[in-house]
Amino acid sequence: MNYLKQIAMRTTFGESLLELAKGYPEIVVLDADVSSSTQTIKFGIEYPDRFFNVGVAEANMVDMASGFALCGLRPIVSAFSIFLTLKATEQIANVICYNKLPVILVGGYAGLSDSFDGASHQSITDIAIMRSMPNLNVIVPADSIELAQALRQVIKLKTPTYLRISRNPSPVLFEDGDQFIFGKIKRIQEGKDITIAACGITLSIAIEAANELNKKGISADVLNVSTIKPMDIDSLVMSVRKTGKILTVEEHSIFGGLGSAVSETLMKNYPVMMDFIGVNDTFTETGPYPELLDKYHISKESIIEKTIILLSK
Amino acid sequence: MKTKLKDKKIRRVYFQEITEEEDLKKKIAKIQLFAQQCRLDVFEMLYKRGNGHWGGSASSAELLATLYCHILDVDPENPQNADRDRLILSKGHAAPMLYTLLAHRGFFPVEELSTFRELNSRLQGHPCMNKTPGVDLSTGPLGHGISVGVGMALAARLQNKKYWTFVIVGEGCLNEGQSWEAIMSAAKFKPARLVIMVDYNKVQLDGASEDIMPLDPLLDKFKAFNLNVSNDIYDGHQVTEIIKSWEWIQQNQEHPCVVIYKTHKGKGVSFMEDNHKWHGSTIDDESFLKGRDELITTLENFSL
Repeated sequence: MNYLKQIAMRTTFGESLLELAKGYPEIVVLDADVSSSTQTIKFGIEYPDRFFNVGVAEANMVDMASGFALCGLRPIVSAFSIFLTLKATEQIANVICYNKLPVILVGGYAGLSDSFDGASHQSITDIAIMRSMPNLNVIVPADSIELAQALRQVIKLKTPTYLRISRNPSPVLFEDGDQFIFGKIKRIQEGKDITIAACGITLSIAIEAANELNKKGISADVLNVSTIKPMDIDSLVMSVRKTGKILTVEEHSIFGGLGSAVSETLMKNYPVMMDFIGVNDTFTETGPYPELLDKYHISKESIIEKTIILLSK
Repeated sequence: MKTKLKDKKIRRVYFQEITEEEDLKKKIAKIQLFAQQCRLDVFEMLYKRGNGHWGGSASSAELLATLYCHILDVDPENPQNADRDRLILSKGHAAPMLYTLLAHRGFFPVEELSTFRELNSRLQGHPCMNKTPGVDLSTGPLGHGISVGVGMALAARLQNKKYWTFVIVGEGCLNEGQSWEAIMSAAKFKPARLVIMVDYNKVQLDGASEDIMPLDPLLDKFKAFNLNVSNDIYDGHQVTEIIKSWEWIQQNQEHPCVVIYKTHKGKGVSFMEDNHKWHGSTIDDESFLKGRDELITTLENFSL
């Protein structure tokens, strides 16, 4: 794995759309006046007839996309994650999910990644809301490679999908040859003392923490849970059967996100001691991204600290 | 059945009879009669079920009947045909009327109408496209129709198809901010053969629209949003008028059209007309008997 290289998922998203467009003439892209931020503008310039900038009107955008999907096209909808999932929640539920329409929803600037814009632009509830919708797949890629692969796979699924992506450059963890498999957890590091399950950009933080823990004689099984829904129950259970403890890490509220999905799964199948890293039921704030993540305890230090506490229980 | 009904002999007209009619005047008369029959069928269906929306269903009887008998190119044998015309009943609470028309049009057996709102029925309280053949969009929550319609009509443009997309909205839909987002996008992207039909009965669930959320001057609002708006407001209970509006629409099909139809909520039962209380209330025995008599009297007075 190459930690030196950093690429922003939104950059890859913009490029992936251009690539996908060649193989799928039925793709249309919709954006809500943030295409230069989300990078869908690249598609818009190349394919102006298949690009619809609907202005700042997320609800209308999602339903327009549904109209396209109902008539044989493959819409990809792009906006800031918080506005897509909160301003168009009812449209996503009652039109896309209820009718099982093949629409790909891409929530950009997710988590705290729109750091300087402040709490109103940061998305810490989107996984919780999207995960509760019947028929909707929820994917949180860990890096740009995984995002590109996920896009190539979900376009074939023909079911509603929510993809959560980040704004800022983040470490490239995978190589092109590494295979993202929809619905599968990938073990990143093998360990026996604790399972650390992460998603999105927190995976690289979890890997760093696991490396430090290793120096302290603690070996962590590090899992990349990029498909939050449907949950890969078998891989999760297999890991905690071995470790007996689990810590989840996410750039999201600790309510309703990855931690909740994991805990629901394990309570039913194989209950173990567990703790959660994420935003702790509070609104966040403005600031530089790394410092902001630190302040809200989405950090290597927090992972190490909580791991040690969990292991002492 | 809560109340035993005396069978009365009513002249019924059937879908095939209407489509086979070559004389337009006679066809119009038949559609007019057919709409009234559907109104009676819906009234009985809702009475039996003890719930469902009478007011909005009665309001859209002629509009839906004219669409299914004269305007829409749809095929019950192939309900998913990619080239078919689309109809979005954005005011989805008028489902009973839609279902009645779909059944008579042949999308499912007429006998199935009696399962409306029953557990395991294909006929949900509000239209569900994945359960009921012929329903182009699940609706009920208001304000979705125009947005989805814009997407459907734009999809036709991208795929060089010529189908029409009709969206029937009521006041409730137009209360929703999303409708106006959609209207702006219709004006921006200008898809051809998109028709917004306003079933303008001016009464909502809680009361008169002017008290709940005034929409007037509605025609001016649509014009200000740069849509292609018919200056004539048509009588939405007169099939002749609806067909006149269809002529105007066809002449203006290159840009999204808006037509306002003046209607009456609960049309056909005098004491229920224009009264918000009959938006979705249970029809009691006494109101049913009185109402049914009125609907039948109107039917008996039709001459073809």
